[in-house]
Amino acid sequence: MASILVIGEMEGGNLTATTSELLGAASRLSGELGGGVSCALIGAGVATGADAAIAAGADTVYVAEDDGLAQYQTETYVPVAVSITEQDAPKVILTAQSSIGRDLAPRLATRLQSAAIMDALNLEVSGDRVKATRSSYGGNARQVVTVQTNPQVITVRAKSQDALPEDAGRSGNVETVTVDLATAKAQVLGKDQAEAEGVRLEDAEIVISGGRGLGAPEAFADLERLAGIVGAAVGASRAACDLGWYPPSQQVGLTGTVVSPTLYVAIAISGASQHMAGCGGSKNIIAINKDPDANIFRFCKFGIVDDYKKVLPALEEELKKAVAN
Amino acid sequence: MDAIVCVKQIPDPEAPAAAFKVDEAAMKVADAPGISPVINPFDAQAVEAALQLRDAVGGEGTIRLVSLGPDSARDAIKHGLAMGADEGYHLNDDAFADGDAWTIALALSKAIESIGIPDVLLFGRQAADWDQGMVGSIVAELLDLPSATVLRSVELDGEAIKVSRVVADGFENILLPTPCVLTISNEFGDPRYPQLKQIMQAAKKQVTVWGPGDIGLDASDVGAAGRRVQMEALYQPDATVETEFIEGDTAEEKAAALVGRLRDEKIL
Repeated sequence: MASILVIGEMEGGNLTATTSELLGAASRLSGELGGGVSCALIGAGVATGADAAIAAGADTVYVAEDDGLAQYQTETYVPVAVSITEQDAPKVILTAQSSIGRDLAPRLATRLQSAAIMDALNLEVSGDRVKATRSSYGGNARQVVTVQTNPQVITVRAKSQDALPEDAGRSGNVETVTVDLATAKAQVLGKDQAEAEGVRLEDAEIVISGGRGLGAPEAFADLERLAGIVGAAVGASRAACDLGWYPPSQQVGLTGTVVSPTLYVAIAISGASQHMAGCGGSKNIIAINKDPDANIFRFCKFGIVDDYKKVLPALEEELKKAVAN
Repeated sequence: MDAIVCVKQIPDPEAPAAAFKVDEAAMKVADAPGISPVINPFDAQAVEAALQLRDAVGGEGTIRLVSLGPDSARDAIKHGLAMGADEGYHLNDDAFADGDAWTIALALSKAIESIGIPDVLLFGRQAADWDQGMVGSIVAELLDLPSATVLRSVELDGEAIKVSRVVADGFENILLPTPCVLTISNEFGDPRYPQLKQIMQAAKKQVTVWGPGDIGLDASDVGAAGRRVQMEALYQPDATVETEFIEGDTAEEKAAALVGRLRDEKIL
């Protein structure tokens, strides 16, 4: 019997980084809860992820493969997750707070007669419960919560947990799960892939974001040029995305991507709570804003109070020089 | 096209963060004079989605609102009615107080069953107070309906509804039969803002108040008594840092000084 079951995710044939982080967290917590760590891999052609899951800390990997599971669908994935849960009898189920995890977790928890906690930032064992700390009120508050029913379902924010060093020598079992594919009433028609140019937001060491204060969508071209010099990804505030200035896939914030780069550069962003919820974990935040009282300056290491239109051309030249040296 | 939209009243999420205070002992957010209660913005977008779906069938159908909350939550219902919804149901009883996502979803699902399952059930992607994003999915599960969450667009496609779901690397297009549950994200676009005349008209629209007994539940099923998730602590994170403002007579000087400081600190 496992203490913790991680619902893993694959991308491009590999285990996602967040899955490894969840397995790292599960290994840490299972030491106190008692029992092992399991990982469920659900999809088509996901067996290739089993070894990586074991190397990342899983003792048992449940592989549920079916061509009908190639794409995530609430109606087909929930029953598979339920049947793996019945086989594994975990005390705790962890999923990523991802497009999949946040959709799956509440329905899975309810079908299991239990409840879920969403978007946990910190996990610790207290008796037979896992105490989860999560952000609420757009980042203005933290709450610590426990699920009182069983199993305890928790979704976890990317990059909030540490993965174990990969250990190719670890051993574990791989169990093949018989899939009884549920008939879905909803039908996935296809996907509009966001144009993936340059560095991915969630992987970037440097993120340069623009907000409504830019005044016009054309200004994002200046940000992209700046980003090109230092290998940064370009992000945008929700206000800028809602105005149609930049694609929603590049939105940084509570309802967009949560980033935690080494350097986050906020240009003409006021720093609304919901934006800070998406970038507050950055190691260093700097801001350029003409309003000295902008909320963003409460979180910055360095700030420039000036019109970004004057600062950016100069900054571009300085960064070129810095990179050349 | 009959729709039910579940709406919640919350403290204005656009209010200045400095006004926000927590009562740690009571584990509650304190009432603050600078923060007015509003309809959850994502729920206003869900009302807008319902109105647009009804417009697409030539205005045929009834849009009902359900809200669980204290007396003041009536204002969130009234806001949706002023936007153009037809009638409201207010789950208002002391027994509902201090519940969690589970007890709220349970009560909403029973209320929806009491009204009758419509063609489409709409929710905001999450309430901008607790930021959980669970209630729509739990209601869908309890009513055994297909669901699609975090949507940027919703349109009629014959008898079905075609939606675009926001995922990490783009958008997923999904076709759902009715009845179904949909949760609306901020990418949907701005909801209409009621004018004075519509606010006056909304005052005449009916709002039915229900307690647990009216929807087939016991007081012990809901509110604090029915919770599955327990709050252990609530506090405000101490995030404020001391900002070093980069000085200079010109923008060029400031840019040069900034890059210099970033290199001093080995950030670049």
